This record gives sequence, structure tokens and C-alpha cells, in this order.
Amino acid sequence: MTTTAPPATRPEPHRAAKTVSRPGDRIFAGLARGSGILLLVVMAAIAVFLTVRAAHAISKDHGNFLTTFEWTPSLNPPVFGIAVLAYGTVVSSIIAMAIAVPIAIGIALFITHYAPRRLGGPIAYVIDLLAAVPSIVYGLWGALFLVPHLRGVNLWLDHYFGWTYIFHKEDPNSAARSLFTVGILLAIMILPIITNVSREVINQVPKMHEEAALALGATRWEVIRLSVLPFARSGIISASMLGLGRALGETMAVATVLSASPTLSGHLLDPVGGTFSQNIVAKFGEADDFGRDALIASGLVLFLITLLVNGAARIIIQRRKEYSGANA
Amino acid sequence: MAKRIDISGLSAYYSAFKAIDDISMTIEPGSVTAFIGPSGCGKSTFLRTLNRMHEVTPGGRVEGKVLLDDENLYGSGVDPVTVRRTVGMVFQRPNPFPTMSIFDNVAAGLKLNGVRKKNELNDIVERSLKGANLWNEVKDRLNKPGSGLSGGQQQRLCIARAIAVEPQVLLMDEPCSALDPISTLAIEDLIGELKSRYTIVIVTHNMQQAARVSDRTAFFNLAAVGQPGKLIEIDDTERIFSNPSVQATEDYISGRFG
Repeated sequence: MTTTAPPATRPEPHRAAKTVSRPGDRIFAGLARGSGILLLVVMAAIAVFLTVRAAHAISKDHGNFLTTFEWTPSLNPPVFGIAVLAYGTVVSSIIAMAIAVPIAIGIALFITHYAPRRLGGPIAYVIDLLAAVPSIVYGLWGALFLVPHLRGVNLWLDHYFGWTYIFHKEDPNSAARSLFTVGILLAIMILPIITNVSREVINQVPKMHEEAALALGATRWEVIRLSVLPFARSGIISASMLGLGRALGETMAVATVLSASPTLSGHLLDPVGGTFSQNIVAKFGEADDFGRDALIASGLVLFLITLLVNGAARIIIQRRKEYSGANA
Repeated sequence: MAKRIDISGLSAYYSAFKAIDDISMTIEPGSVTAFIGPSGCGKSTFLRTLNRMHEVTPGGRVEGKVLLDDENLYGSGVDPVTVRRTVGMVFQRPNPFPTMSIFDNVAAGLKLNGVRKKNELNDIVERSLKGANLWNEVKDRLNKPGSGLSGGQQQRLCIARAIAVEPQVLLMDEPCSALDPISTLAIEDLIGELKSRYTIVIVTHNMQQAARVSDRTAFFNLAAVGQPGKLIEIDDTERIFSNPSVQATEDYISGRFG
């Protein structure tokens, strides 16, 4: 957000020497400046509010806020921690990214480089539609369709890949209300944003870079590898981060599917765990004032994780700047 | 290594629009041939049909024959990817791969051809950069990005990249139009050195350049905007610029055109 006012004068032949400030300019500059300041004030107010309430809750916590599994701020003394929530949030998002990013890049490349022009448009439109579905609808679909149908998949994974530890399932008969299922659901939800942003970026790869590869005798895949992906790399990373931001913060879909419990399991198929936003939406209604402060503290941690992820992405993009297409 | 190009009855289309009409000519091996003509006359399009780059443009389509020695580039079963490994191309604007180092830019085509051995790559990259008169300027910074070079250096890097795969023909589409006079001179000198080993075809808007670098010159023209471009005449450069056989050529060269 910038608060720079537009240049106040244009050189005019008749009174070139004088700087004239017009009322329209002054009003607009004031509005722009006011908007900028308002944003900062609101942000500061939110930050202060959250930090104060969170600090209040954490100072009264009798467990270790970072390592405690249970979320029981109503006990006397209160015991609550974010270990399960942080684990669940990060793991389900990693699963979602692992599934969604390759598929999204694939779809984006298909639309831009492989599909006939008549097909590319409709596909892009359908992807857009995916983004328009409300997240509670995804949650219902996940709970009513995905959970029962993933049962067989879970058994298969457990049978053939159980030795990998992560795909081992403690109780083969339990429902597929696991972090794995949540990850799949989140992958579908973040697919549109990653696909669309990647497609935009890939479309901006200058024709001349692609022709450079073609003229060397590159096949279509080699053109993509030599020219398209390196040029679009930082944009695709940004797109993935946008998707990750959504996956980290997703609430309703997770809350509908996951069978939450204060247990931490390395087996992704076990129906246990929780995420920050799922925990907030599940506990907020019946929480007393102190309980709410505790939830606010967990929200603050989610905010910090998101901040960290974005910062890391920025560093990755920055480090490759010398080699990016921007200075070509 | 250099090969003769025999073109007969070649027309190129952009969807329904015919861009060039029924062109036939022979380009001798180891010579420099310049294409001149007003904008829109189809000389770049024609150049791009010689390595099957034209069909990369959506709607691009070609009729006719292009024989490289005796092989028809547009024969059935001919892979355009193989054609482009035989017929190299340098573009109007220098286009080194921006994400690659100088070394990797030159080695890119070799790697596509399956050259993997480090010392073989080193040798060919050095030879190609020397061949493009760029070695002395970049030998200490081969691992720096190619996009950090000046425009003229970038264009020579692109030439090094093109000759690294040892093509038989080198196509140049206005290779100096984005460069200053000194860089232009460097490229022109280079063209003179390269012509013993490659058949070179160069499109240029600069008639002095055509006169300086080429052995043969082809003049293209179009009857009106929206009409296809045609080959008016091709002859020894000296003759084209002193005593062309067609009046339109003389009008164009002497600046009395249209």
C-alpha cells in the first residue's frame, strides 16, 4: 500500500513556472494517505489485542505451551499446548502440497503447452470453478464421500506400504478420518490457486526464450525444462506459497473430516490429531474467557508459522534473482 | 560440413493468410546469403521455414520442398527436432537462457544431444566461445549468468550456443538490429570467419550490412499489404547492388521505393 500522492502539476504552457495544487489532487492525496495509515492502525490494533490476550493465557498455562498434547484450559490449573495442533497443521499441509503442487504444475503446462487452444479455455474455467466451491461443501463431500471411499485405499497403503511407518495403520478398521484424508481434501482445495497463478506465470515466459530452446533442437519437454520452468520457477514458488497459506489456515473442511483427539501419531492414516483452526472452531463455542484467550494464543502461533513460511519462500526467490528472467 | 539448400515451390501460411508465395532458390554451401526487403515481405517467415520454426507459430503451415543436400526437410517422417539440430538459428534479440550460466548456455544444445562427459563439454564450450570471438571476454566468468553480458556479447553467446552443436546451416534473423555499431562490426567479422564452415543465411534491414557480409543477396517484396511476399530476384551481391536485373530491386536499394 503506497501513500505517494500523484505529481501535483503538469507542465502547462501558460503558467509553467507556478506550482498549482488543485483541490481534487489534495482530496485524493488525503484519501490515499488516510487509507494507508488506517491499514497500519488496524494491523497494530489487532497485533496488540492478540499478543496481550495470548500472553495472558500462556502465563497461566500449567503445561508447557509448546509441548503439551492436551487442550484443556478449563481445568484447574489449566493445561494446554499446541504440539498436536502444530504437528497436524504442518503435516496435513505438507501432504496437501506434495499432492497439489505437481498436479497443478502439470495442469498449468497442459493448458499452456499441450492442450489444443479450444480445450485449454474450458479446462481453466473448470479449475476456476473448483475455487468457487465454499469450504464447508468440501468438508461435507470429504466426510460423506472421501472418508468412506478412502477406506480401501488406506487398507491397500497399510498392506503394501505399512513398512514405511508413515503408512502403517494402528487399527485397520478405523474410519479414514485421518491427517492423510485431510491432506487429500486440502490438496483439492488449493489446486485452483496454484494452477491459476502458475498458468499466468508460465504464459508470461517470453516467446523468444522458448524459441531459443526450440532452435537448438529441443523437444517440447526439453523446451519446458530449459526455458519455461526456470523462468517461471519463482512464480510457481509464490503460487505454491499462496496455496500453502490456504492449507495452513483451512478450518471447516478439516473440522468436518478429522476425528480430532489429543494424540500425536507418526502414522498418517490413524484417525487422530488436530489443526490450529480446526481446534479453534471446535472449542470456541463452549470456551469461557480464559479458554478464548488460550485459543487466541494458538491462532497467534499459526500466524507466526505462516509468516515464517512466507519469509522462507521470499528468501528462496531472492537468492535466485541474479539468474531470474527479470534482468534478461 | 556445410550443406547446400535447395528450395522449390515453397509457400508459407499463417492460418488462412499466405505470407510467402512459391519461392524457389538455391543456397550454395559455405556461402553467406542475405535476405533483404521491406517489412512484412516475408523474409523472416521464409528464414523460419528453413529450420521448421515457422510451424511452431499457431496456424503456421508450409507447402513445398526444402532439400538439405538431398534430404527433404518437409518429407514425411522427418522430425523437426532433428532438423533444428542440423540447422541452427540466431534471433533478432539476443536470447541466452536467463537462468543459466555462460558455460551452461553454450553447453545446452550439447546436453540435449547427449554429450555428458565433463572434459568433452569443456573442450567444445571453449572451442565454440573462441569460434564466436567471445572466449577472451568471458573465460574468467563462465559460471556467471549469461544475462549479465552486454547485448553484443549476449548475441555472440547465442552464436556460440548455436555453433556448439556443429550445425550445417546457420540462420540469422536480423542478428544485429538490437546492437550498437561496434557490436555489429564484431558480429559481421564473425560471420566472415564462420562462412567457411557453415552455410549462412542472414536476414537484414541494413543494406550496407548485406553488401558487406554476403556473397549472394535475395530481394523480397510484396505487391501490397495483405498480399503474400515474393522473391523478386537473387544474384551475386555485387550485381544486386550495382546492376540489378529488376527495376524494383534498384528502386529499393537506392531508396526510391514505394
